[in-house]
Amino acid sequence: MTPVLDVAGLVKHYPLSAAWFGRARGQVRAVDGVSFAIGEGETLGLVGESGCGKSTVGKAVLKLIEPSAGSIRLNGEDITALKPAAMVAHRRRMQVIFQDPYSSLNPRMTAGNIVAEPLINFGIGNRAEQQERVAALFGRVGLRPDQRDNYPHEFSGGQRQRLGIARALALGPSLIIGDEPVSALDVSVQAQVINLMMDLQEEYRLSYLFIAHDLGVVEHISHRVAVMYLGKIVEVAPRAALFEAPRHPYTEALLAAVPVSHPRQRRRRLVLKGDVPSPINPPSGCRFHTRCPIAVERCRSEEPLLVADTDGHAAACHLREPAR
Amino acid sequence: MTGLAVSQPVLVVEGLRTEFATGEGHPMVAVDGLSLYVRRGETLCIVGESGCGKSLTALSILRLLPRPYGRIGAGRVLLDGQDLVQVTEAEMRAVRGRAISMIFQEPMSSLNPVITIGRQIAETVMVHEGLDWADCMDRALAMLRQVRIPEPERRLQEYPHQLSGGMRQRVTIAMALACRPRLLLADEPTTALDVTIQAQILDLIRDLQAKTGTAVVLITHDLGVVAEMAERVLVMYAGTKVEEAGVEELFDNPTHPYTRGLMAAMPHLGGAGGGRRRLHEIEGVVPSLMARPAGCAFAPRCELATERCRREAPPLVGIGGTHSVACWVTAGEGVLA
Repeated sequence: MTPVLDVAGLVKHYPLSAAWFGRARGQVRAVDGVSFAIGEGETLGLVGESGCGKSTVGKAVLKLIEPSAGSIRLNGEDITALKPAAMVAHRRRMQVIFQDPYSSLNPRMTAGNIVAEPLINFGIGNRAEQQERVAALFGRVGLRPDQRDNYPHEFSGGQRQRLGIARALALGPSLIIGDEPVSALDVSVQAQVINLMMDLQEEYRLSYLFIAHDLGVVEHISHRVAVMYLGKIVEVAPRAALFEAPRHPYTEALLAAVPVSHPRQRRRRLVLKGDVPSPINPPSGCRFHTRCPIAVERCRSEEPLLVADTDGHAAACHLREPAR
Repeated sequence: MTGLAVSQPVLVVEGLRTEFATGEGHPMVAVDGLSLYVRRGETLCIVGESGCGKSLTALSILRLLPRPYGRIGAGRVLLDGQDLVQVTEAEMRAVRGRAISMIFQEPMSSLNPVITIGRQIAETVMVHEGLDWADCMDRALAMLRQVRIPEPERRLQEYPHQLSGGMRQRVTIAMALACRPRLLLADEPTTALDVTIQAQILDLIRDLQAKTGTAVVLITHDLGVVAEMAERVLVMYAGTKVEEAGVEELFDNPTHPYTRGLMAAMPHLGGAGGGRRRLHEIEGVVPSLMARPAGCAFAPRCELATERCRREAPPLVGIGGTHSVACWVTAGEGVLA
């Protein structure tokens, strides 16, 4: 079956601003060869620390930025080279939910108009049908129909995120890209939004690319998880395998850094030293070798490949290659 | 730790009421009748969601409420017996940064972008201890070493923008501890940081506290941070304390329905078990401080709420040991069990 989203060898380099009239002095290698696929009704969690390139992947998939290389296929069609005008037809099938619902909602539009706007843009239905669809969407995401006349500032953070979800659903997309969609929310409200997203996925067979830094949230919502470090995917695996038997030392370190859930589990943990290196001159060989507790000479010179075993568990590490 | 635990509290807050003028006659009450204490070498965590008054509690202790609208309406803030609510502004300036220091969520906003890191730390020492400049710079260097910043001599000469987020937070910790305060207030100190950096900073706070015996009040929304750091925990909701207990007791026996709800709503590693499952939801949203419901503030969202909860605010009652809870329904459970 064709995956809903198929990304192969995605690269996004940003030239460093040069001196006047000079040539670019280098490149920020934000995303440096990332491949993954998402099937129908599947959630791929994309995790990593700030600056690892996870949001850039999301933006490139949405074609909000032009990838430097690689290909993006949506429902089997290559959309990599499409110009903005040609993209329009594909945007119905691919929608986005942002982290901060406040900055992604027009403060001068009513909630009803915000959700109706995609329908108007694509000329779907007449005015009455659009209103009916908006009312149905409001009900589906847990907003009251009478709130259609309110403005974004009259909603709480969780309600605004529901509004963002309603807007994303308006055109009946097959893929929704969520860029940290719950990280700005309070814990009690975060749970409501995660549950809503999971319910909607069941109902509409939605596929999610769920970009987040919170491993607990990702474990809850994902079917498969990909871990990024400095512009590369270092490990990708079905959820249970990744959380219970991680293979890449970086994934292990990330999991070890997550606070415990009960005070009696406190332990001296292995804490990663230092910060993430700059993506301008990423380390040679394995990019993680500068912070890796088990790195050997080979890691400094030779870049490990992402090797998958038969269960679809892949890790890019010389020392943790799967048994064959 | 046991020897320290029985010592006198460094800080005692009694019946703190923080309010804001609204221009509509009666003020908005953001913190209502809050009492707490923290001892030398102890970490007290205050946990709650946005708007519960946890940050305003810290700002009230330091008398840094936004003027002219914010003020302490009632209560006492006793630092080793001295009531900070009553002292003059000049005396208060001598307390801030010396007896009590504070670190904030976003380190960049509490550092001056145009002054070198060394000078910012040294200035604090200069103001409070009146040493000569060379000694102050020596102290700054020693502090950078203590917070484990690599190449501290070079960092002294650098500006905040040259550092990563984690390094900046180390600098604000160095600055906060430069005058060996008796009390450190940390308001969401790791919320803006990545999880691996958060682990480094939490370890650092713990190590420095063990070394110096500073009392720490750590304000957070994250129960994971509480589980890592706290000795005692205070749970706040809509400006009031709803539950207080030792950290193990709280995680073993969460008693207030809000505390229970928070714990169940929090996604944690391994919590998903075999398959994906729904998280526990707390219905509704935190009430606006302008429209606080009568009775228990949590009643409109509470599955257990009764008529009495909607009418009458429950008092905080002890339910064994140092565990206390403000709930008409669940406070009795412990007694019955």
